[in-house]
Amino acid sequence: MPKISIMPSNPAKLRVIWLQGITCNGNTHSFLNDPSLGTLLDSIELLHHPLLPCAKTLKELVKKLPKSDILIFEGAYSPSFERAGMAMESLLMTLALKTKHIISMGSCASFGGIFKENDPEHISGIVFDKENDSGPLRDMRKKVITLSGCPAHPKWLSFVIEMIKANKPILVDEYRRPRELYAYLVHNGCLRNEYFEWKVDSDHFGTKEGCLFYAQGCQGPFTHGSCNKILWNEVSSKTRSGTPCVGCTEPTFPKRDLFTTKTYMSIPSEMPLGIPKRSYLALAGAAKSFHIKRLEERLIDDHT
Amino acid sequence: MARPTKEDRKISIMTKALELFSKEGFYQTTMPSIAEKIGMSVGNLYNYFTSKEMLAKDLILYIANILGDEIRKINESPISTQEKIEAIVHMYFRIAKDRPETIEYFLRVYLSNREVFQNCCEGMICVSAFVTEMMIFFEEGVRCGELRDQDFFSAFGLFMGYLGGMVFIHGENILPKPLESYEHTIAENIYYALKSR
Repeated sequence: MPKISIMPSNPAKLRVIWLQGITCNGNTHSFLNDPSLGTLLDSIELLHHPLLPCAKTLKELVKKLPKSDILIFEGAYSPSFERAGMAMESLLMTLALKTKHIISMGSCASFGGIFKENDPEHISGIVFDKENDSGPLRDMRKKVITLSGCPAHPKWLSFVIEMIKANKPILVDEYRRPRELYAYLVHNGCLRNEYFEWKVDSDHFGTKEGCLFYAQGCQGPFTHGSCNKILWNEVSSKTRSGTPCVGCTEPTFPKRDLFTTKTYMSIPSEMPLGIPKRSYLALAGAAKSFHIKRLEERLIDDHT
Repeated sequence: MARPTKEDRKISIMTKALELFSKEGFYQTTMPSIAEKIGMSVGNLYNYFTSKEMLAKDLILYIANILGDEIRKINESPISTQEKIEAIVHMYFRIAKDRPETIEYFLRVYLSNREVFQNCCEGMICVSAFVTEMMIFFEEGVRCGELRDQDFFSAFGLFMGYLGGMVFIHGENILPKPLESYEHTIAENIYYALKSR
């Protein structure tokens, strides 16, 4: 009988390490809300995760410093910050060198985010420090996928993991964010687009009606993200429910003076992405001078 | 000599129409009288403009574009906000002097016969070319710290109301001195009214 070599019917599972820097756990919480979490976890080998059942504890991880296929880093980076007694400077670098793919999970890991505000000089993202590419893993950037967001959407992570599993190349932008997810603006798909079009503004949170750009500092028109395409918890988004976008996927997050729109002589200081000021003002000025009755009424009027 | 294009003819019709409208008023001027002044048949005139109302609208768009282009050139110059104010005042008064029919039409037909324009020129849509450039002038003035931040309409009303008023008085032959001799003090007044503390 000739020897028949048998191919494994299941290829080896991707070995995943989830390491935390200076974090609030928000991205982990978000990840736990992925509706397909069970299926995803079955399909990977979780070497370490701070909350979920996994192969190694943090102490064992730091002792063994194993190889992996994917290293997910959540939280901001500071060289002296320690996990299980090991400084991040060596811990992150070692694990990064021994992995094939790195994902910076959330805005802190991507750009410094909220935690950078505590110590702007020493805290940064793993590749980027705000807009500068001066993070510790900048020379390994080709291995890194940036999933900025505060938190990042769980489906963005499962997208990246599936693409890695299927060995498919991921098209990225200048910050290594997947174009499939970040080419859109948060503005695209907002339910209030008609109010934006006709310049009918809302001046407080929680209304169904009205655009949030002019009076509430909505960052949607210049923030990259698919929040209004892939909804949160499969039902909604910030702007759909009546709070303005805070621009959490951008390197500039967190900005100062959120929830207000800076104006110069009643004109917004920042234009929607790529729209020339003259063009925007010509349309906005015209739209503002019309009064469209339907758009100025409540959508659902309890009294009729 | 090259034949004038349809665009050129349209502009020469509009210039003549502006003269008639600003001298005789909107209602007194008729399409036949415009056609006669130009030296074309009424039927041919209707080929260019389907009605007197459409002509009235095209005239305001035409004037707004002229003023808008002039202000844009000033906006794009590398000069201070104070110098831009001087330049805008000078430009406006120069047009009032060299092409009086344009500003006169704006003041005496557009502003004074709103009912004519209510169907085809709602809001500010027909003067948008001009208002947009003024928005940009104000926005950049505040952004660079030379002008005080305030509501757009407060500032716009001050600037344009002042200029329109002066041209109106000039049109009534009330001003003892030539219009251009008032330019500098007017520009100074506007600057001092709008500048940051």
